[in-house]
Amino acid sequence: MIGNAPFFVVGLLFLGGLTAIFIEKNLIKIAIAIGIISSAVNLFLVALGYRAGGTAPIHFLAGERTVMVLPTPQAMTLTAIVISLATTAFLLSLIMLVYRHYGTLDVDEIRRLRG
Amino acid sequence: MNWNDHLPALLLMIPLFGAFAAPLVCLLGKTMRNVLLVGLSFVTLLVALLLWKSVLAGGIAVYVMGGESFNLTLPSGMALPIRIIMEVDAFSAFMVVCGSIASFAGALFSTNYMEKFTGLGRFVSLYFLLTLGMLGMMITGDFFNFFIFIEIASIASFGLVAFWRDRPEAIEASLKYTLVSQVGSMIFLIAAGALYGKYNALNIAAIGSLLQFGVMEKIALVFIIGTLAMKCGSFPMHMWLPDAYAEAPSGVSCLLVAVSQASLYGLMRVCFSLYGVNLGGSFIPWMIISMGLASMFFGVTMAVVQHEIKRLIGYHSVSQVGYMLLGLGVGLLVLTDAHGMAEYGFTAMKGGIFHIFNYTMYKGLLFLAAGAIYYATGKRDLNEMGGLARRMPFTTAMFVIAAAAISGLPPFNGFVSKLLIYESVFAVHPALTVVALLTSVLTLASFVKVFQTAFLGPEKSVFTGVREVPSGMLFGMGVLTLAVLGATLFPSWTLSNLVEPAAKALVDQAGYIGAVMGGGL
Repeated sequence: MIGNAPFFVVGLLFLGGLTAIFIEKNLIKIAIAIGIISSAVNLFLVALGYRAGGTAPIHFLAGERTVMVLPTPQAMTLTAIVISLATTAFLLSLIMLVYRHYGTLDVDEIRRLRG
Repeated sequence: MNWNDHLPALLLMIPLFGAFAAPLVCLLGKTMRNVLLVGLSFVTLLVALLLWKSVLAGGIAVYVMGGESFNLTLPSGMALPIRIIMEVDAFSAFMVVCGSIASFAGALFSTNYMEKFTGLGRFVSLYFLLTLGMLGMMITGDFFNFFIFIEIASIASFGLVAFWRDRPEAIEASLKYTLVSQVGSMIFLIAAGALYGKYNALNIAAIGSLLQFGVMEKIALVFIIGTLAMKCGSFPMHMWLPDAYAEAPSGVSCLLVAVSQASLYGLMRVCFSLYGVNLGGSFIPWMIISMGLASMFFGVTMAVVQHEIKRLIGYHSVSQVGYMLLGLGVGLLVLTDAHGMAEYGFTAMKGGIFHIFNYTMYKGLLFLAAGAIYYATGKRDLNEMGGLARRMPFTTAMFVIAAAAISGLPPFNGFVSKLLIYESVFAVHPALTVVALLTSVLTLASFVKVFQTAFLGPEKSVFTGVREVPSGMLFGMGVLTLAVLGATLFPSWTLSNLVEPAAKALVDQAGYIGAVMGGGL
């Protein structure tokens, strides 16, 4: 049960982020919610690769311990972090441009493309 | 060393090189930049054609990145492949050919179309990155790499949709696309992680060989289908698509059409090659079929009322994606039923796959023609246009060809693929054909409207100075017109050489898995 705790946290974070995207009106808060979702996914990947009592997955440094955590999810997480950094930066610059054009960050008022 | 073996890697290296060389080459001036954009797109197209030829001749091509040799998928003592593997079967090769034709046409078109604007170094860079992401999605054999290529393609397309950043609408469209797409790709990553957690593998073929259809797999499948259906613009998640297509520069819209097909490719790859015969029951196929029907019908009904030309064409994209979902969904429905497959399922899949080719070509052509109108007149709204046929005869001719093809008028290629879909889905349920026919009629109605208002009628005084667009744009449209006419004039050659191997490859799950796992299913 306690071993599954990280996955509950992942679920809570993910749902929290998703809810925030739907109910928040401010674009900056929506960008933060997307960041929370990315963090939840990264946590999910890292938690997948964890083995109880494992060491860092470096073969020559492991010493007498033979249990290692999985390296692949860590590599995946690093890549996913870089990607989410890029998209967050892009999203924030878009929000800046939106503010410049529309003078507001309220999603209900940014409605030129309809129908 | 045989060059043919390294084609999958070359296919990705060339646009990647172009993306990073672009800012440097642009310092050398306008001509060099255009040479880079068109030249490298053309080389990519050549490599794609060579790859397609070698796959047709020699079966599935696998390419291992970072291994001792290029085709060592399973190093000795390993039960699962550990390296990054590209896997190109006939369906991937077919998609790669479609995508690189669209990319080449868009590049040719953009040389003249974009020349009035600044920041073209970044434009060329992003254009190549988008091509790279699209081609990567089509040839990768690995889930996590698929995610990475989705993200490369997405980030490049966010930037390109917002390229005219002084237009509020462009920023809004890009923002909408970014929000939807970002949540979608995170959900895709969760699915990839879930499958990794269960099977300790990221390779599609390796997971496919081990797959047992349980709760975890159902969750992962739903997540993947939801994400990829969103990225290809299927009905309930389509709202970003007309905005993004309409606001992107036209050469990019043409490429974005091909990128959405790459997502459709991913959807089909997961359904057929990963789950395949394990896809218990008919729920998922029916879900895909009904998404297709809803996309077709609602897409076209929303398109009919539009009066901004690129937005109208964008809504037609939603409805055209429905045809492919319908055809391939019917194929998926009868995947385990050999009799049904031979009777009508395989025809439906051929129709769906042929429609992918046709759709990429004529939809790209329509976007380019709409861009040509915008370039020549500066107008986006149909109500302000009229009498352009006198001033722009070549654009008019190519627009007519594309419009006839998308409406499914015989003898154009759109008719052939639609006919294959009509006659085969009729066997599942006649109502499917009724919706498809109705959609086709409404498509025709809508394009008659566009043609009549934009090109026919009396000459307007504001358009007396309008001239035919420059040659680069005409050549860009010409490439796609040639592709449409080629598929129109030689339908049986296209069907037997281009489409049928792709359809066969898609249903051959054991072959796809065996190419990586060494025949051991």
